[in-house]
Amino acid sequence: MSGTTEASTVPSGEEIAGEDPILVVDHLVKHFPIKAGILIDRQIGAVQAVDDVSFAVNRGETLGLVGESGCGKSTLARSILQLIEPTSGSVRFEGREIAGLGRRQSRELRADMQMVFQDPYASLNPRKRIAQIVGDPMVMHGIVKRDEAKGVVQDLLETVGLNPEHYNRFPHEFSGGQRQRIGIARALGLRPKLIIADEPVSALDVSIQAQIINLLEDLQDEYRLTFIFVAHDLSVVRHVADRIAVMYLGKIVEIGPAEAVYNTPIHPYTHALLSAVPIPDPRANAARKQVVLEGDVPSPANPPPACRFHTRCPRATEICSQEEPPLIDHGNDHYAACHHPLDRD
Amino acid sequence: MSSAPLLEIEDLKVHFTTDEGVVKAVDGLSLEVREGEMLGIVGESGSGKSVANMTILGLTRASNADITGRITFEGEDLLEMDDETLQRIRGNGISMIFQDPLSALHPFFKIGSQLVEAIQIHQDLDDGAARAHAIDLLERVGIPDAERRMGEYPHEFSGGMRQRVMIAMALTNDPKLLIADEPTTALDVTTQAQILRLIERLRKELGMAVIMITHDLGVIAEVADRVMVMYAGEVVEAGTLDQIFYDPQHPYTWGLLGSLTRVDQPRLARLAQIAGQPPSLINPPSGCHFRNRCPHEFAKCTEHPRLEQRAEGGGHSDRCWLPPDRKQELRVVSTGEIGLEAKEPAA
Repeated sequence: MSGTTEASTVPSGEEIAGEDPILVVDHLVKHFPIKAGILIDRQIGAVQAVDDVSFAVNRGETLGLVGESGCGKSTLARSILQLIEPTSGSVRFEGREIAGLGRRQSRELRADMQMVFQDPYASLNPRKRIAQIVGDPMVMHGIVKRDEAKGVVQDLLETVGLNPEHYNRFPHEFSGGQRQRIGIARALGLRPKLIIADEPVSALDVSIQAQIINLLEDLQDEYRLTFIFVAHDLSVVRHVADRIAVMYLGKIVEIGPAEAVYNTPIHPYTHALLSAVPIPDPRANAARKQVVLEGDVPSPANPPPACRFHTRCPRATEICSQEEPPLIDHGNDHYAACHHPLDRD
Repeated sequence: MSSAPLLEIEDLKVHFTTDEGVVKAVDGLSLEVREGEMLGIVGESGSGKSVANMTILGLTRASNADITGRITFEGEDLLEMDDETLQRIRGNGISMIFQDPLSALHPFFKIGSQLVEAIQIHQDLDDGAARAHAIDLLERVGIPDAERRMGEYPHEFSGGMRQRVMIAMALTNDPKLLIADEPTTALDVTTQAQILRLIERLRKELGMAVIMITHDLGVIAEVADRVMVMYAGEVVEAGTLDQIFYDPQHPYTWGLLGSLTRVDQPRLARLAQIAGQPPSLINPPSGCHFRNRCPHEFAKCTEHPRLEQRAEGGGHSDRCWLPPDRKQELRVVSTGEIGLEAKEPAA
């Protein structure tokens, strides 16, 4: 199966966008080859990590990209940043095609699109001081001169809520939440327009999570940043996302305005994801009807045919295993790919 | 149901001597677990919740550990026991499952042989009978095609299936108490829902008590009967599920409840956050350990508060000096609108 656009069941990215897209992703495909053979590599299959994904992100908004492990959300994020070369499809940033750009050409783009990583322990070089971690990328991109870097780094540290006097310390001297602030300062230093945050709070304690989420929101207001916020469940992005995209096995199954996705989900998978999140309120928990999905997510190397969710879907019928449901607009820019959408009133 | 608790911990202290000083990981913990009940323990990293529970099973016995207090299980003091006697309790009377099922399984051995080994340590069964018991256990925890999967290696199992194997292993000898230390933290939400259901079902079927340790108040809300909130090595509030969620007394509990995002509530303008960092366990603030992060600190807080009944309603205790009526005024303000008022579905 190749990701050609001819028989695609997915509209183009612009269609799913709003008025002012900063990033448009069109029919993006990333397949990782599975190879076998001792002397000569033969490709015997492919992990279809991202398979025909289209969406757009509007300037100044936050898109929540949600899905469980192995759904392809991190691969998608990395393909957008060209950290992984997509198999096919197009990624346009401010109208400019960036998929397939060489290393040198994509360098200037790197400053415009920054990433904040999940693991604040692994994403900071333990042998460098904060001044270098935050300052070097700025010097490298010609944003500040080396002799001016110190002052700028100190300003940045203050912006993200750290003590500017600590610029000379090493990462191990900071707690997890503080390290995540350093990662944010590093991203912010390059004056990006788009920040992709890949599970930026999942490694942190609850009380610290709220601090980081609030910080990201403040920075968004101040610098008019656009965010793609990747998360593995729907609770964390509740307070940041303007729009939500839900992925399952390499495909977007539902995308739309956050309130609509939370209040009136269309796709049964979104509904199941919502109902699986425990609510910290015993009475509300007891009152709701929970859908518990059976089984595990199938392997992306061998996804079920047609609708990929049909093997676990409580509403599946024959058509679901025969025809792939198209991603269509159910009104108000709320798209879903399902043959049996949940009741729409 | 007997009136004596199944497990009773009195004034447990676990202090570790390190180069930097004495780490008071658990500092004066008392609790009771009755037969068949589910006790939820919430706390963030470093609150002492895991150390306390590992100590029950003797897993913190190290040369630099100073353990005092009493842990009584079915009338026997576990702290007094030598390692060999304790081994008899471990896996027999009390079992434990951990956050990361992959590191708890040996990667080189088949699931079946690991289960059979666990069974034969405690029961005098021949290979055939132990194998049959193992298959039965795998079926009981919802692993389809159990007989074939006995011959597979841990890496061939998904995260959720591995946790089921761990639960099967923990159940080999029908324990009276299961300690579950963040059993669903490494799992996806839909898998988490499956595992929580499974633990709940087994608890009812086998009548065992469960201590559920988690940082997630949502998990607690789903499964626990009683809740203890830990902070900096001690319990700051303890009560029934409803008391903790609908009548919380300690500002730290308010902060935890307020900082949560809820999928069933509209987006808030801003999340309530707890300022600052958890304290060092070597040198926690004198008096109330939470006072340097607490927005309601006052003069009295330099004195260390005891865990005692302060609010109305039995079985509800906390460590906060604020007068109960003052708490009622303050807490709505500091927690926003989350988790405090009983939300009617219509409202």
